[in-house]
Amino acid sequence: MVLQRKISRGDFLRTIGAGAVAGSTLSVLACQPNTSAQSSGGGGGPEEKVLNLYNWSDYVAKSTIPNFQKQTGITVTQDYFSSNEELLAKLQAGGTGYDVIVPSDYMISIMIKSDVLEPLDMSKIPNFKNVGENYKGLPYDPDNQYSVPYQWGTTGILYNKKRLGKLEPSWDPMWDPDSKGMIGMLNDERETPGAALYKLGYSVNATKKEQLDGAEAELKKQKPLLRGYFDSTQNRPAVINGDLLLGHVFSGDAFLAMAQDDDLDYLIPEPAATRWTDNMAIPKGAEHPDNAHKFINYILGAKAGAALSNYTYYNTPNQAALPMIDASLKKLPGYELGPSVFDRLQIIEDVGAATREYSTLFTSVKSS
Amino acid sequence: MGKRGRGWTLGLAGLLSPVTFWLGLFFLVPLLLILAYSFGKSGIYGGITLGFYPGNYLKVFDPLYLEIILRTLVIAVLNTLLCLLIGYPLAYFIAFKGGRHKNTLILLVMIPFWTSLLLRAYAWVVILGGDNGIANRILQFLHLTDHPLTLIFTPQAVIMGMVYSYLPFMILPLYAALEKFDWRLKEAAQDLGATRWHTFWRVTFPLSLPGVIAGSILVFIPSAGEFVIPNLLGGARTVMVGNLIQQQFLQARDWAFGSALAVMLAVLLVGAIMFYVRRVGADKLEEV
Repeated sequence: MVLQRKISRGDFLRTIGAGAVAGSTLSVLACQPNTSAQSSGGGGGPEEKVLNLYNWSDYVAKSTIPNFQKQTGITVTQDYFSSNEELLAKLQAGGTGYDVIVPSDYMISIMIKSDVLEPLDMSKIPNFKNVGENYKGLPYDPDNQYSVPYQWGTTGILYNKKRLGKLEPSWDPMWDPDSKGMIGMLNDERETPGAALYKLGYSVNATKKEQLDGAEAELKKQKPLLRGYFDSTQNRPAVINGDLLLGHVFSGDAFLAMAQDDDLDYLIPEPAATRWTDNMAIPKGAEHPDNAHKFINYILGAKAGAALSNYTYYNTPNQAALPMIDASLKKLPGYELGPSVFDRLQIIEDVGAATREYSTLFTSVKSS
Repeated sequence: MGKRGRGWTLGLAGLLSPVTFWLGLFFLVPLLLILAYSFGKSGIYGGITLGFYPGNYLKVFDPLYLEIILRTLVIAVLNTLLCLLIGYPLAYFIAFKGGRHKNTLILLVMIPFWTSLLLRAYAWVVILGGDNGIANRILQFLHLTDHPLTLIFTPQAVIMGMVYSYLPFMILPLYAALEKFDWRLKEAAQDLGATRWHTFWRVTFPLSLPGVIAGSILVFIPSAGEFVIPNLLGGARTVMVGNLIQQQFLQARDWAFGSALAVMLAVLLVGAIMFYVRRVGADKLEEV
């Protein structure tokens, strides 16, 4: 779920990654990349100046890592994952050698339950004070014991304002027969059933059978109107080049599209829509925990945080960074949210065993 | 064995040990793991408890999944037939009429292989996509249509993408079989009064059957496991078993069910291929 978000500019890379993952589900067990062999010498001595970052691809600014290296002398090696599940599987297999990982919200709670995260030492992350109140203590890690936010965004609708006119914030346009064949939903087991749940006025984390059945019926009704189910990074160019009038996208993709085409607009539907957060965490057994804390603290700094969002076009949880966000980005509709919008956003949470109900539901819709 | 002596046996063992090791470690072990997983029980948060839970297999027989499996097989068979229909004349032409350009022509067939399948699939998205996309502009320029057509994200686009991707797998074995063809047999048939069609159907085609069989298998197996093209060119509206398996591992965290699906698919494919080789292949192969 919430599988392949961000990676705004790396369409190719990411899909190649996704393909490789399917091919290597077993190699997850076999391969344990890099540093597990070269131990840092134990015994609380100073760590070697190395940090292994495991991130979504294209999810740091060009300056992020060079500046960190300049400031601390720590060399950063970055590897990429393409889904939260891939990340989880690697950690469960153990011995990954990674020091900082960037899981999404619901995955943090799964990782806490699976006991694969190291608690954070907040005394080493003074910049945590920069994190806004809205982004602290979220349900998946109520006391921020294990995670701090990296970037956040919403999931909404990117649409062609020139052809459709200015739309009211609602999910109905995605069910509008007038746009038949020109609508793209996300190929995502939680976001797309989630859109139907929102439309019906239910919670995105519903587990009641009649609510899920209702969502399934809505999606089956919608399917004949759709061009297809895509990644957010596929919906973006499709809306730009006119293949789609409406695309279900993550906000960063919408902003990237709107920055290059004034005819496009982004809406965050009523009565509800998703807000998601990606977080930094330290996996259990990380060999360079001090460096990891330094990196996390660096990202929560004002300048590094702003650079990140100015590159990815996602929102920053970093209040100190806000004044340095590009004005051109801030003026895009849906980037800066007033409380009336923000308060109707919901967070996708882990639903435990019901995860598979969602999976079956979505398979059933797609093959209907 | 006695005749050849111990040195020969040791030599053979030495020569075969790399391949035994390789296949054992990277083919047999993973296969057994999948088999073991398919009887296991998935944890809610991924991972697996080994044991004997045949429920994973029972779930495969849910009508929802049976329909997906059936659809996959239909698409794979259709793809194989189309590849054969398109590939055979081409291989025939290259083998018999290619003359000194044979190698160049075969090279041209192989060149797309050198680029990643994903890049080629994305190229098709660019070609077919958009009202002002390349394909639509050409069609309108040629006055074949007066308004932009919906070309991308249709079941037809999936089939087209698959035929495009797998065609070389069909052409190469066909070419290899036809290239060895003895011209004198054709002349003999025609001397004996066979029409051209008769000559082809009774002489050339049966002799190329090993190529047909090899090509069909090479196309059929990977197309039954295809999961990239339905997503990229079909807009994920057409679910194939490959998509379903990928989804179990990467989204639903149900490795056991994903493994059971993979095992069922493998069993089905082996069964289908044995049936095919028996029916189409063996008797005609023996005649030859």
